[in-house]
Amino acid sequence: MKIHEYQAREIFKKYGLPVPNSVLCQSVEEVEKAMAKKEDLVVVKAQVLVGGRGKAGGVKLARNKQEAVDAARQILGMDIKGLTVEKVLVADAVDIQKEFYVGLINDRNTKSVTLMASAEGGVEIEEVAKNTPELIHKFAIDPLTGLLDFQAREIGMKLFGNVKHARKAADIMQKLYTLFVETDATIAEINPLVLTPDNEIWAIDGKMNFDDNALYRQAEIEAMREADEDELKEIDAHEKGLSYVKLDGNIGCMVNGAGLAMATMDMIKLYGGEPANFLDIGGSSNPQKVVDAMNILLSDQNVNAVMINIFGGITRCDDVARGLIKALDTIKTDMPIVVRLSGTNAEEGLALLKETGLPTVATMSEAAQKAIELSQGQ
Amino acid sequence: MSILVNKDTKLVVQGITGRDGQFHAGRMKAYGTNVVAGTSPGKGGQEVDGVPVFDTVAEAVQATGANTSIIFVPAAFAADAILEASYAGVELVVAISEGVPIQDMIRVTSIIEKNGTKLIGPNCPGLITPDEALIGILPGMIFKKGNIGLMSRSGTLTYEVVNMLTMNEMGQSTVVGIGGDPVAGLYYRELLEMYENDPETEAVVLIGEIGGDAEEQAAAYIAEHMTKPVVAFIAGQTAPPGKRMGHAGAIISSGSGTAEEKIRAFAKADVPVAKEPSEIPKLLQEKLAKTTA
Repeated sequence: MKIHEYQAREIFKKYGLPVPNSVLCQSVEEVEKAMAKKEDLVVVKAQVLVGGRGKAGGVKLARNKQEAVDAARQILGMDIKGLTVEKVLVADAVDIQKEFYVGLINDRNTKSVTLMASAEGGVEIEEVAKNTPELIHKFAIDPLTGLLDFQAREIGMKLFGNVKHARKAADIMQKLYTLFVETDATIAEINPLVLTPDNEIWAIDGKMNFDDNALYRQAEIEAMREADEDELKEIDAHEKGLSYVKLDGNIGCMVNGAGLAMATMDMIKLYGGEPANFLDIGGSSNPQKVVDAMNILLSDQNVNAVMINIFGGITRCDDVARGLIKALDTIKTDMPIVVRLSGTNAEEGLALLKETGLPTVATMSEAAQKAIELSQGQ
Repeated sequence: MSILVNKDTKLVVQGITGRDGQFHAGRMKAYGTNVVAGTSPGKGGQEVDGVPVFDTVAEAVQATGANTSIIFVPAAFAADAILEASYAGVELVVAISEGVPIQDMIRVTSIIEKNGTKLIGPNCPGLITPDEALIGILPGMIFKKGNIGLMSRSGTLTYEVVNMLTMNEMGQSTVVGIGGDPVAGLYYRELLEMYENDPETEAVVLIGEIGGDAEEQAAAYIAEHMTKPVVAFIAGQTAPPGKRMGHAGAIISSGSGTAEEKIRAFAKADVPVAKEPSEIPKLLQEKLAKTTA
């Protein structure tokens, strides 16, 4: 789950990280009000759930109320990578002497939370990671000890080369680690972490993502969720025991198992078609799941053919076939459908489906080709 | 031989009184797995399908000599269940539970490594050495005893491939579902080493998917250390970046973990990558013919 920068700043503040003051505004009027008593430099920042806001013109410096209002007028309603800006953050600006980068992720290889830190912070950090990875210091944190004082100080020294600054940075990194673990984050980034000419250190931008599997114990984080239309569909599917991701193609897929569902999408593409979605209905012959899954596919206007691909393991194919027949009876759609069943009792299952007149096939490649053919007949 | 499990495996089922635990304990027993005990706190002294139930894993181990455990408890309690098995001295823990938080697994894997416990999963279908032991939720009837080792991050896709192997008279030594989570127990690299050292395994199938770089690491290991032929398949070539494809680990983040990179890594290690699962038996035959020639 992703959150906005303003929400990440709230979490940072709660854990005692140095974050400049800011006000969230949803209209030009609110920006005017926020600037009423201000004389200082501010930054007006678009709040959207994608990176690259600065390059898209979604971040502007303003020296006074009028400039802030003008900036907000330009940014609110702006389209950034397909997302409309509905909120801006008006944040106190700080003077920048140098920009640093500090981030935490879960690393699969070391099976640990890994700290990444660089003296080359700012918008180009991805370029730094790609072209000069040696400028990013990596440190795998032992989950049983956490980030120890001396370890954090050592990384601080590598970044700042000055023990006073290193101590401040160490404190920031340790607090970031604590909040990362306590909120079940998957990413916590401060970029940039700024050193001012008068030797203050500020976290002036933050990014956080969270582990979906841990939301059950993170009520405060889950309350921050702002889902767009596609995501709402995905969440709705999740609540029904389905795993759904919308794509741009026209062939709807319904599959049992995540790996097989991905392989099915790939197969459609391999034979020249475009999959409309990823949809894993899990392992059971429950007709209700098929009904729910079919309704999701039918709600996608782009879908003009459906491929159902089921491997019967412990759930036998004849049971799956009975579930499918019952589900399709309930839905009564004229959407062209091809069904592929394989595995335990596949022959019995296919025979049952044949009686209903549904096109059935025995292999995945036949199913993909048939689905493409059906979609072109529309 | 075979790897990890065989007819000497003595299994304790953690969460045996739950719906899934009870169902699969019965199935594993019916397959011929030596299910010696179950646990369920507060239900010690009962029996499920003739299997004695204990309050704790330690008691089960002491009374029955169980050396392997399988976990069916809900995700929120899975971490504790793995640790309980590890501290009870179980050698191999197989965690079926789906949806375990990553931070739990980071802590758990660090502790059990110190204890010397091996872990498969979580969020996995388990593993099987055909005709000897089925530890998991795999459909036993599609497997056939033989010499192909297979490891995979997914469930039904594994069955799909196994079914094709079996239909082509290519039996399996041990098939391991390592699970779809980003932080898990044994991974390709460790299993490749076991397959390489197993006299019964002649060739290995690696079924991967997008996300992370375990496949790339496996490719590097194969190039350096494997004498036995390996064939691969990668699911998720059409998956968009930033979207989790069902499995928590199947996500392309900031451009890394793509199918393309993995296929390139395998090509470098001289590992053929099947375009579709049905190609796997043929690729295996070609590779095996080359090594015996």
